[in-house]
Amino acid sequence: MLKCSLDNVQTLFAEIAKEAKLYLPIDNADGTAVFGEWSRGVAWSNALNTAKSPKDFFFPQTEDLMRFRTEGKKIEVIDVRRESDDFVVFGVRACDVKSFDVLDRVFLSEPCDSFYAEKRAHGIIVSLACTRPAETCFCGIFGIHAAEPAGDVSAWKTEDALYLRANTEKGTALVARLSSVLEECSDDAVNAQKESIAKIMNKLPLKDLSTEAFGGGKTQDLFHSPAWDALSSACLGCGTCTFVCPTCQCYDIKDFNTGNGVIRYRCWDSCMYSEFTKMAHGNNRLTQKERFRQRFMHKLVYYPENNDGLFGCVGCGRCLAKCPISMNIVKVMKQIGGNKGE
Amino acid sequence: MNNMGDTLIPSVGVITDVRIDTPDIKTFRVVTSDGKKAFDHRPGQCAMLSIPGVGEAMFSITSSPTNTEYMEFSIKKCGCVTEWLHQAEVGQQITIRGPYGTPFPVDDVFAGKDLLFIAGGVGLAPLRSVINYCRHYRDRYGNIDIVYGSRSKADLLDYREIIEEWANDAGVKVHLTIDNPQPDWDGHVGFVPSYVKELGFDTDKTAVLCGPPIMIKFTLEALVALGFDKRQVYTTLELRMKCGVGKCGRCNVGAKYVCKDGPVFRCDELEELPSEY
Repeated sequence: MLKCSLDNVQTLFAEIAKEAKLYLPIDNADGTAVFGEWSRGVAWSNALNTAKSPKDFFFPQTEDLMRFRTEGKKIEVIDVRRESDDFVVFGVRACDVKSFDVLDRVFLSEPCDSFYAEKRAHGIIVSLACTRPAETCFCGIFGIHAAEPAGDVSAWKTEDALYLRANTEKGTALVARLSSVLEECSDDAVNAQKESIAKIMNKLPLKDLSTEAFGGGKTQDLFHSPAWDALSSACLGCGTCTFVCPTCQCYDIKDFNTGNGVIRYRCWDSCMYSEFTKMAHGNNRLTQKERFRQRFMHKLVYYPENNDGLFGCVGCGRCLAKCPISMNIVKVMKQIGGNKGE
Repeated sequence: MNNMGDTLIPSVGVITDVRIDTPDIKTFRVVTSDGKKAFDHRPGQCAMLSIPGVGEAMFSITSSPTNTEYMEFSIKKCGCVTEWLHQAEVGQQITIRGPYGTPFPVDDVFAGKDLLFIAGGVGLAPLRSVINYCRHYRDRYGNIDIVYGSRSKADLLDYREIIEEWANDAGVKVHLTIDNPQPDWDGHVGFVPSYVKELGFDTDKTAVLCGPPIMIKFTLEALVALGFDKRQVYTTLELRMKCGVGKCGRCNVGAKYVCKDGPVFRCDELEELPSEY
């Protein structure tokens, strides 16, 4: 275990930023926190988590894929990919760290998505244990430990110090070059914090939400549930849940004519949108109920069926906080899966 | 085949021939800018074609893999990309990437079997690839029956090839039908499903079915009524696609992605999917 006094944390950040761009949660004027680039004097937010997940670093909301130059009947394809600078995403919570496993299985599976893979190769994740999990948190039901966050480096913050433990080759290389600000220490303080986090986790209201009814092979059991009608009836199809979700990865590919060539870009899309599946000859999901059902069936049944039982939700709770009609995956799991309560 | 190491980045292709097949279907011959076939494929696989600034869409490759010189795409005019393609001239460059999808099991399941191909309208396009593949390797397969129906005689795709080549092959029988009687037509009149029932095929054949969803539904019912098992019947699905490799999420139905796990499915496999295709 390595340690840095909190009085010294800005020096630690400065050391990291010497060789890599450093991004960490920063407070916004509106009271929310977002990941932003650190520079001298920028304060590290104390917020439990950021409004948007850090998936943008690897799967940006919009991203140019290529350009085309066209002249008469001729077309030229222009590669716009540039090598990313090395970067460190600091203070990623255990749920969001797990979301990268979910995204990796999509983007890094054959054929590998070079745009995503390149950013993953250049990014280092420093996670952070949660000392104050919220009522909306339910990472525990997916086997994620808020006190044991994964990542290239795991971190724990106590009242007076930041503790770091490297988990991967990239993480070991990072802490090795920070030795002037880090000192070796025992695990005692971190172990004490883990115990106190475990106590809070045991009191969280959603800790007993059951995943038993879900997983691969449950399509026929759950698809025809009568509960989808009532659950989806007020859905606005706004897509907020998708955009704040750390694991949602559906995307669109579009062309933009700049007047001086064409840019083909991809951007986040949502299976909750009415045009998502619209074709020239029809649409296979005409109602909001069908689109709503698709999003949850994908996270709770289809994704685990294709990915060794791994669920497509990490329990971050963002959709619980952000949905304008207060609909969310917890209500879906309770009603579709016959969980107790509600 | 892609020139820059990512499947989303296409190669440049050139349209070298445009054949007017029906009032709303044209067949485009495509090669790379240096005159070669863009990539190898298997029968039933697809390719993404695009016109920069207009869009990109998935099309079945209608030419057989045994054609080593070029690819052909039979495309019906019914959306932005297809309307643009229909006004394109020979020499027009487009972009192409692929091949995508799981092909027909021509080398294992189909080998040695009597084959029954049933198509409606532009649904012949994906079947032409597998039909011509099986005709090329004629001794690997048993008898071949082809049932093909369209709205009118003018709407029959590949009509000359069917009449002049397919119908003359030994062991190949062609059964054409059109929806309504017309003066210059002395063949069968009626919809494909009822024609299939009328023809009454032996149930030891392996059937391949492609066409509009409603035609597939009723033809499958007709085959089942004749005593076919759904495990003997293959079909293809078509959903909106963007990436072609099971990542963008668009063609996801149940745990399957039509672009990657399909477009070819065995009809009993479809029963396990939610009815969202």
